[in-house]
Amino acid sequence: MTELTAPPIDAATAATGGRRLNVKTQTYLYACLIIVAAIVVVPLLTTAFGGFRTIGDLRGNAFGIPREWIWSNYGDILFSQRYWLQMGNSLLIAVLTVFLTLLFASMAAFTFAHVKFFGSDFLLNYFLVGLMFPAATAILPLFIRIRDLGLLDTYWGVVLPQVAFGLGMSILLFRNYFRNLPNELFDAAFVDGAGYFRFFWHISLPLSRPIIATVGIISFVGSWNSYILPLIMLNSESKYPWPLGIMVYKGEFATDWQLILAFITLTILPTVIVFFAAQKHIIAGLTAGAVK
Amino acid sequence: MSQITTASGVSARPTSFLGLTTRRRAQMRGKWPVLVLFLPPALLLFTVFVILPMGEAAWYSFFNWNGYGLPEQWIGWKNYELVFKQSAFRNALVNNGLIILISICIQVPLAMWLATMVTKSIKGATFFRLIFFLPYVLADVAAGLIWRFVYDGEFGLVANIARTFGQTPPFWLADKQVAFYAVLAVIVWKYFGFHMMLFIAGLQSLDKSVLEAADIDGATGWQKFYRVTLPLLGSTVRLSIFFAVVGSLQLFDMIMPLTGGGPSNSTQTLVTFLFSFGVMRMQVGFGSAVGVILFIICVTLAFSYKRVFMKND
Repeated sequence: MTELTAPPIDAATAATGGRRLNVKTQTYLYACLIIVAAIVVVPLLTTAFGGFRTIGDLRGNAFGIPREWIWSNYGDILFSQRYWLQMGNSLLIAVLTVFLTLLFASMAAFTFAHVKFFGSDFLLNYFLVGLMFPAATAILPLFIRIRDLGLLDTYWGVVLPQVAFGLGMSILLFRNYFRNLPNELFDAAFVDGAGYFRFFWHISLPLSRPIIATVGIISFVGSWNSYILPLIMLNSESKYPWPLGIMVYKGEFATDWQLILAFITLTILPTVIVFFAAQKHIIAGLTAGAVK
Repeated sequence: MSQITTASGVSARPTSFLGLTTRRRAQMRGKWPVLVLFLPPALLLFTVFVILPMGEAAWYSFFNWNGYGLPEQWIGWKNYELVFKQSAFRNALVNNGLIILISICIQVPLAMWLATMVTKSIKGATFFRLIFFLPYVLADVAAGLIWRFVYDGEFGLVANIARTFGQTPPFWLADKQVAFYAVLAVIVWKYFGFHMMLFIAGLQSLDKSVLEAADIDGATGWQKFYRVTLPLLGSTVRLSIFFAVVGSLQLFDMIMPLTGGGPSNSTQTLVTFLFSFGVMRMQVGFGSAVGVILFIICVTLAFSYKRVFMKND
């Protein structure tokens, strides 16, 4: 159909099968895209390069190639205990959060998807109430509860509220997915004499890898980046995850921006690497979760 | 599979059929162990850490209480009066409104425009998508700190640019007239990629034949967009605005490294206000009142938005 409006420009665009674009449109497109990409990338690149500079270089030459490459800015951080400790803390908190979220949400969602019981609609809506307001609204009573439970300044004081606040969305995603699995599986399992537990463990979960990945990614990214909960629940610096650690570091080195930039770069590096390595899954996970 | 066929094969015989039904009923009876084991963990966590704190916030908001001992000093609606008297709170409300406005007027059109470009068949489209989405996966704290550097009045990128043009470097984040606009720019930088992805998903689900029909009818690019694509993307626009509203009401992590709510409270949002005036000063009653107000705003917006704009989606 498109042949009617515009003849193919070259083999490359014709091969893509979409609408053909003339040279003028293409130039315009690339110009726009490159400008926006530059606005996105320049702050990030200057941050990474800034970590190699002297402070004087940063003051006069923030955009150029470093006049002198100071490897020790990065080196000192990489050989310091605090960097690895913070990364470890973040990882531990995130792994615990993901594991418990997947476990509890899939179990609860399974009952909503497959077991008929009195009040199941009400209970499902009860969980969905959690989708309507952010954790910050009840942060003070939450702090008092964690304190009274003796969980202040422990990883659990961060993990448990994070899991609780992720449950609404996760249960919804799991339940919809379980429901859309073919009904015949359920009947067949019953005929074979499998109970709910075996059905859950051997059929529902193995078939749910995509949604496990989605929920896992959403809760991992949320936990890895989270700031307000650890800020309120943790006191000792040895337990700080990296978003808190980076703020402490900024506080200590106030205007030594070259060190702070190196620290920022190293803390976001894992995210950037994982993002580019698993971009398809991460984009799908973070947007699909939102769209559903 | 083989079991299924035998089961249906033997079901013609009454005894086996009865056997099947009793087995089925036995399964149904087996539902109580599942309910008892599978529901309580989620239910308990959710109740203890989400629902009860929300209820307690409503209760505490009527007390003057520093969080130690029991709340005893009942002061009625006084906390709410105090909250509304604070000019910082009014700033926060206005700022949250501004964030929503900016995202409707700038972020959503920008995201839609970019989405239409990166869904065209050009080389490197996937690469641009990745780059645009990258800020969204970075932690808000890291993004905030990076832009704290960009805006820094001495070493930052803005200062460097100003100096090359022989100007005195401005420090926007320290100027209460412009600080919040600087923050708004960071918000757009951080989140437009996410909204772009929503629009890409929306564009890909469009019925291509409608656009081809428009092509045949000789519609220009702009006409096609304005008369065909845009109306069909209505649900995505509403979804995108919905996320902008939700995000605005939660915004905290990025403000703290950028400005911490200053200068003179000009960049407070509702959550940073709650933090600096409730949590930092351990004013549990006052902070809870702010939390309740935030809760009411969230629930009202969620319900009315769903009812008015998203009823067809």
